[in-house]
Amino acid sequence: MSHKIIRIQNLVKNYDLGDLTVHALRGIDFDIDEGEFVAIMGPSGSGKSTLLNILGCLDKATSGNYFLDNVDVKKFSKDQLAVLRNEKIGFVFQSYNLLARTSALENVELPLFYNASVNAKERRERAAAALEAVGLLDRMNHFPNQLSGGQQQRVAIARSLVNDPVIILADEPTGNLDSRTSFDIMAVFQKLNSKGITIGLVTHESDIAQFTSRNITFRDGRINKEIVVENIKSASEALTKMPVELDY
Amino acid sequence: MNILNLLKVASNSLTKNKFRSFLTMLGIIIGVASVIAMMAIGQGSKQSIEEQISSLGTNILFVRPASQARGGVMMGVSNAKFLTVADADAIKKDCESVAAVSPMVRGSGQAVSSYDNWPTSIYGVNIDYFLIKNWEVQDGRLFSNKEIRSSQKVCLVGNTIVEKLFGEGADPVGESIRFNKIPFKIIGILKIKGESNFGQDQDDIIIAPHTTVQKRILAITHVQNIYVSAKSSDLSKEASEEIETLLRVRHKLVPSEESDFSIRTQEEIMSRLTSTSDILTALLSAIAGISLLVGGIGIMNIMYVSVTERTREIGLRMAVGGKGRDILLQFLIESILLSVVGGIIGIFFGIAVSSFVSNFMNWPVQITIDSIVLSFIFCSVIGIFFGWYPAKKAANLNPIDALRYE
Ligand SMILES: Nc1ncnc2c1ncn2[C@@H]1O[C@H](COP(=O)(O)OP(=O)(O)OP(=O)(O)O)[C@@H](O)[C@H]1O
Ligand SMILES: [Mg+2]
Repeated sequence: MSHKIIRIQNLVKNYDLGDLTVHALRGIDFDIDEGEFVAIMGPSGSGKSTLLNILGCLDKATSGNYFLDNVDVKKFSKDQLAVLRNEKIGFVFQSYNLLARTSALENVELPLFYNASVNAKERRERAAAALEAVGLLDRMNHFPNQLSGGQQQRVAIARSLVNDPVIILADEPTGNLDSRTSFDIMAVFQKLNSKGITIGLVTHESDIAQFTSRNITFRDGRINKEIVVENIKSASEALTKMPVELDY
Repeated sequence: MNILNLLKVASNSLTKNKFRSFLTMLGIIIGVASVIAMMAIGQGSKQSIEEQISSLGTNILFVRPASQARGGVMMGVSNAKFLTVADADAIKKDCESVAAVSPMVRGSGQAVSSYDNWPTSIYGVNIDYFLIKNWEVQDGRLFSNKEIRSSQKVCLVGNTIVEKLFGEGADPVGESIRFNKIPFKIIGILKIKGESNFGQDQDDIIIAPHTTVQKRILAITHVQNIYVSAKSSDLSKEASEEIETLLRVRHKLVPSEESDFSIRTQEEIMSRLTSTSDILTALLSAIAGISLLVGGIGIMNIMYVSVTERTREIGLRMAVGGKGRDILLQFLIESILLSVVGGIIGIFFGIAVSSFVSNFMNWPVQITIDSIVLSFIFCSVIGIFFGWYPAKKAANLNPIDALRYE
């Protein structure tokens, strides 16, 4: 039996807005195994981000169980959750969320500052290694405003990677990028996945989802459809086949 | 997070956002500097007023008959007959803390020269008077003890008298004037003293031996006041007590009787004047309070805004594993650094402004340690609190709410 990184059971999330309650998640069950690359899909407002934020321990579920790497997250205090996020989770946001006026390397180093067992030298080495893994070692001293959107997202991926998390969670990481750059980012994710890193990713687009190993589709806070992708496309191949646009 | 990382994160954040740090610091710099400068200017004026007051001499004492002192504020022509030249001599002889003693009688009337006339006062004193008042002779000489004993009709005149009776720049030494028809020979001219703090022209005066004034002008044997100077201003209280004891014995008063004279130290009289400087002090405190308030509100605003603006950053730091405490400590260290550095710059700035005002505008300024300490502590505390409080609010949020904040 393979190791389950994520197990959720009957997960419910309500947003109480006073006079009305938004049922963002109405009872979700699924698992993510180690080494999987899962895409969470669905229309806008179906609860994808809500779920991912709970999986990332950025938010708490209203009810239901969530086991991350076999630990019951429900019992954790705020501080324990922070440690959990620091050690087990890498988060990639749609809007990159890099610190301005801070070099790529220092942005990647950020999570390690909150890990007392990592000293300054190790911090630099690991950040440089993570940047190398996303192919940006040569840009490590550049500031976010000197990088393209795709490059900034790579820096963000390197940051999510630097702590050796058990899972990387990405909420529409290609949402702000054109399709060429999106494929590029997906190629990075595929490469990381091939090295054994588990990834959960939210996306709207099915041509992004085709690069993952399993697609879970949401509708109105419930799982609507779940398919295992039979023949996973390679993003780097798709990239090379893509015509180089000459019209602009 | 360990303290080293914390310091690094905080100082990184400050140095990478120099402009924001500078703006934040500016609130503190201006707050501190304005309080220091305001207080320095106010304190300077207060000090210069006090200096003028104390230049009158805090070691001078006046003895006067009780009936005159009661109710009356200034000395007028009095009928009291309780003080005598013998009293003055006894004080000089027996009181240890006393340096100089002069009896004093004063008459007013018309002074007439061969050119003009002028209403003025004549003071009858002995030569100690010039010591007590620290008054020098500009031209000519003082009268001698012999001239006092023999009631010579000699006098010294102030500069106003010279101008009024002889014209500006005249040298009337050796000339004669009449005061209330009694002729006096001018033997000296007094150094110019100018206006007193009470606004009196101190040079509008004729000074003659007290014996002469007593006999020729007033026809009395007693004296109106006795001027005493203590050996030092510290000794003026002792001198006062010694005189009190001595005069009670001399006046044969039993313990149940009230003294028939009163002793005032210069200090006591000046205390009425210093109420002016008390008003100044109150005004100063109000100015300082308002500056602090305004400065404080400025600091509060800029700190609050800059931290609130960084809520997303706080969310990100929490998302990558920052605990609430780590975030709070970071912001606390940042605001302490800003407040302390800003406060120190503010101190220098405040000192610079004060010395500018003193050098180029010639205002008296007096920088006080109090104002430095007060403004520094107040501004730092406000800066630190309003750096800490919004950070605490943000750190208490769910990471996701902080990340979504706009
Ligand atoms: N903080 C919140 N307060 C109240 N309601 C919320 C909040 N966050 C999300 N919701 C609601 O929960 C539902 C699910 O939102 P969610 O953001 O998970 O959708 P999504 O699937 O990520 O949509 P999109 O594809 O547009 O990002 C929506 O109806 C949304 O309005
Ligand atoms: Mg979403």
